[in-house]
Amino acid sequence: MTTETRQPTAPLDSGFRRNDVAAPLDSRVRGNDVASARNDDMSGGNDVASARNDVASSGNGESPVAGDAILSVRGLETQFFTDEGVVRAVDGVDFDVLPGTTMGIVGESGCGKSITAKSILQIVEAPGRITNGEINYNPSGDAGSATDLLSLGANSDAMRSIRGGEISMIFQEPMTSFSGLHTFGNQIDETLRLHTNLSKQERFDLGVDWLARVGIPNPTQRMHEYPFRFSGGQLQRAMIAMAMCTNPRVLIADEPTTALDVTTQAQILDLLQRMQEENDMAILFITHDLGVISEIADDVTVMYLGKVVETGPVFSFFDEPKHPYSKALLTSIPSMFTSSRERLPSISGSIPHPQNRPMGCAFHPRCQSFMAGTCDVGEPELQSVNEEQEVSCFLYEGQ
Amino acid sequence: MLAFFIRRVIYAVIAMWAVSVIAFVIINLPAGDFVTTYIATQLATGNLVLEDEAESLRDFYGLNDPVYVQYSKWITRILQGNLGFSFEFNAPVRTVLEMNLTNTLLLGAFTVVFIWVVAIPIGIYSAVKQYSPGDYIATFFGFLGLGVPDFLIGLVMLWLILDTTGFLATGLYSHEFRNAPWSFGKAWDLAKHMILPVAILGTAGTAALIRVMRANLLDELKKPYVTTARAKGLTEWQLIMKYPVRYALNPVISMTAYILPFIISGSVILSFVLDLPTIGRDFLRALTAQDIYLSGAVILFSGWLTIIGTFVSDLLLAWVDPRIRLEED
Repeated sequence: MTTETRQPTAPLDSGFRRNDVAAPLDSRVRGNDVASARNDDMSGGNDVASARNDVASSGNGESPVAGDAILSVRGLETQFFTDEGVVRAVDGVDFDVLPGTTMGIVGESGCGKSITAKSILQIVEAPGRITNGEINYNPSGDAGSATDLLSLGANSDAMRSIRGGEISMIFQEPMTSFSGLHTFGNQIDETLRLHTNLSKQERFDLGVDWLARVGIPNPTQRMHEYPFRFSGGQLQRAMIAMAMCTNPRVLIADEPTTALDVTTQAQILDLLQRMQEENDMAILFITHDLGVISEIADDVTVMYLGKVVETGPVFSFFDEPKHPYSKALLTSIPSMFTSSRERLPSISGSIPHPQNRPMGCAFHPRCQSFMAGTCDVGEPELQSVNEEQEVSCFLYEGQ
Repeated sequence: MLAFFIRRVIYAVIAMWAVSVIAFVIINLPAGDFVTTYIATQLATGNLVLEDEAESLRDFYGLNDPVYVQYSKWITRILQGNLGFSFEFNAPVRTVLEMNLTNTLLLGAFTVVFIWVVAIPIGIYSAVKQYSPGDYIATFFGFLGLGVPDFLIGLVMLWLILDTTGFLATGLYSHEFRNAPWSFGKAWDLAKHMILPVAILGTAGTAALIRVMRANLLDELKKPYVTTARAKGLTEWQLIMKYPVRYALNPVISMTAYILPFIISGSVILSFVLDLPTIGRDFLRALTAQDIYLSGAVILFSGWLTIIGTFVSDLLLAWVDPRIRLEED
């Protein structure tokens, strides 16, 4: 996706898709900037929905010109310099996250989703290194006022104040993502101490407040407890509280529901959506679970072997996936209508090792629509196929 | 916490009892009893011991009683502070041990401090800067320290120091302070003499601890909580010192339990080489002379020291690690 194509279409585009394509997939509220017309076809039409719309429409007045991404990733390349050679984990990724919306990044394990997320905060562990690209962060929404985060040093004060302050992150395994040797209160206090000038008592009160807001009972007592006293779901709530307490503009959620059971998953997704509505915050949501994507995302970016293969609004993605990989992913989801003895379609083969990246399009050895002489020779570029969707595939070349 | 404490005390007491049984068995392993040994030593000096006298000695020490009675008498005497008589030193065992107890404990304490102060920072550096030149240098000297025997390092260092400064670094006190009362001068003299034995005694421990610290920290640095801390905006050193180092210290604390008994039993040869007045040296003399009460007492006390050390390190672990402290509430 490029800025040129994105910007003119975005306002129309978002209004269009949210009011029009909603019904079957979307039974949920979603924070966004153009939601007003949406209450009618909301399945719930409940308090949360109207509350959200209030927030959304009030946010609408001040919010930047729609289409000005708060986070715009361009040509991001992150490579791992191992003894066996260079692994191109993220290999030229582009996408935009619009203010107040949720961008979902999907892909199989090892396709570079998490590394992309860590690259945004510049917390990629050695031997990984960001080798190229831009990460334009534009909290004000004014054109031309974006900062390229990569131009700030990874350990600079400016970057550290954004990291955890303006762009927060939550992780896949809440049970191991806290230090078991420090109380929860100590760990949230640290975030507040780094990013605010509040007194110790104020920080404590704010921590209690946030624990209450994410739905943890007895928050004052919980502040003094150690993480192993929390359940997995409570820990993920606590992590959300810790990420949210600085009122970030962007929340990066790296598979936050993967380690949780399904009921807890749903609660966490609800919580994230509520947080988004209350705080007018953009979310970059990383998952391999398409069901979760359909619940939470406004836009979807599909990654395969470190590259973006398709990007577009969530409804277009589910209704009319363009890339053969997206199609294959969608057909391999079990459906309620599948008969019980039917074999689930699966994608043949497996993800190649990043060091044995196939020539040409990386997906061609597994592709149903493989065209010999084309797909195994050149690499396709990401290009628009219609007003909303961009695909990197030779099937759509020259359209 | 109280339940934890009580449980540990009970474990420790049981273990100490078991060690005392083993020590008692060892003492009674040599053929004959100590009266036989006594007769032999008396004979060597030209004195005859009459059969009656031997029998009354056996009665006095209860050597004709059943084994369990002998054990209970022995352990009762020990608990009352009577450790038996050392034939080798011709003095009560207690007096022999007391002579060198302070020196041994001082040496042990300083060695522990030395090991911690040197090994922990180097271990942290080695892990954080893995495969850097500094890491390779630390690793090289670490293995060297592990591999070269103490007494060899001791001899080489002794010669080097004597050759370059003219200071004879043997013993713990210069001649003029040996029997002098404590004073600033004596303490300073002791400190000067301490450096070499502490450094050498600490070498193997330091090398081992560097490896342990490095390996632990390398594991911890990959844990998700480190990424969380990094994503908060902490600087790299802030987060390393607060989180993974805390985790990596646990095994370091448990290792320390074994240093004290090591100072007694592991320092034997070095004590001879450097002429250190430690219990370790007395221990070797007792063993070679089959001085069973003295060697039995040393075995018993090194065992007990290990148990006490483990108990203390358990308490320390519970103090630093809430997961241990709170698990049994």
